[in-house]
Amino acid sequence: MMIERLQQVFPNEVLSTYTTAVGEAVAVLRKDKLHDVLAYLNQNSDCLCEALLDLCGVDYLSQLKPGEARFEVVYQLYSYQHNHRLRLRVKIPAEDMTLPSATDLWVGANWFEREAFDMFGFQFAGHPHLKRILMFEGFEGHPLRKDYPIEKRQKIPFPQEIP
Amino acid sequence: MALKDIFAGAVVTTKLKEVVAWGRKNSLWPMPYATACCGIEFMGTVSSYFDISRFGAELVRFSPRQCDLLIVLGTINYKQAPILKKFYDQMCEPKWVISAGACASSGGFYNNYSVVQGIDEIIPVDVYVPGCPPAPEAILHAVLKIQEKIDSEARNTVELLPAV
Ligand code: SF4
Repeated sequence: MMIERLQQVFPNEVLSTYTTAVGEAVAVLRKDKLHDVLAYLNQNSDCLCEALLDLCGVDYLSQLKPGEARFEVVYQLYSYQHNHRLRLRVKIPAEDMTLPSATDLWVGANWFEREAFDMFGFQFAGHPHLKRILMFEGFEGHPLRKDYPIEKRQKIPFPQEIP
Repeated sequence: MALKDIFAGAVVTTKLKEVVAWGRKNSLWPMPYATACCGIEFMGTVSSYFDISRFGAELVRFSPRQCDLLIVLGTINYKQAPILKKFYDQMCEPKWVISAGACASSGGFYNNYSVVQGIDEIIPVDVYVPGCPPAPEAILHAVLKIQEKIDSEARNTVELLPAV
């Protein structure tokens, strides 16, 4: 199983593992050596996760316990070769939102990471073009953060301001 | 002796601007700016069953430069706003705007970070149509309201056209 191997190779990185009710393997990680973990899962012949199916952010503001990281970045990995899947939940503290970009391992991570940056403000170090993708340039704040005010209105962009 | 007695019903006297308004109101050229579900109602309105051509507004042009009636149907978000403004600016005077549906008029139930809370924050609106979506009859009613407005503008403004 991929998840046991991950625990053996990166014992300090894997905080916990579990399997969901429908049998999906999940590993909770700290972010320090995230790029090494992702590269291992991508390249090791027993893991060989060629596909990054999705990448998204989560804000746990309302369930925050003391000492826990507020944000999470979730990676959904899949291997065509072995037909196995793995979900990684990477803890991101609000004080330091930087994490390594996965664009060198999966080209498809590019737009996922831009979306996560747009909505939550994660700083993906090494991303070739980390700009907003859904909201317009000049949008203030990150709308999927739970402390973004619902009734906040942005300045409406006008044609001459479009680059 | 009054003019109407001299010509004995063969001639109608009126004002030029009222004749022009009469022509304009019966040949509106609508430009649908349909971004969401309300646009489907407009399709119903222009096709044979409800038949907007009974009111002379059937020739839908998809270039704002050829139209004088902008009908905004659907949700307008912040990224759409500059495009809508540009469309409006490209239309020649005189021009009228119908805001059809809850979304275009007020943002509807999209009280969130991405939707403009009513297109009147961007462009002037003449007639608002309630409904989610408004029934085709309601859009036809809005066209009639625009016609009334064109009429009354001609009657009540001091000078619409330069004197000939
Ligand atoms: S008003 Fe209702 S029907 Fe019209 S665009 Fe909005 S959600 Fe769709």
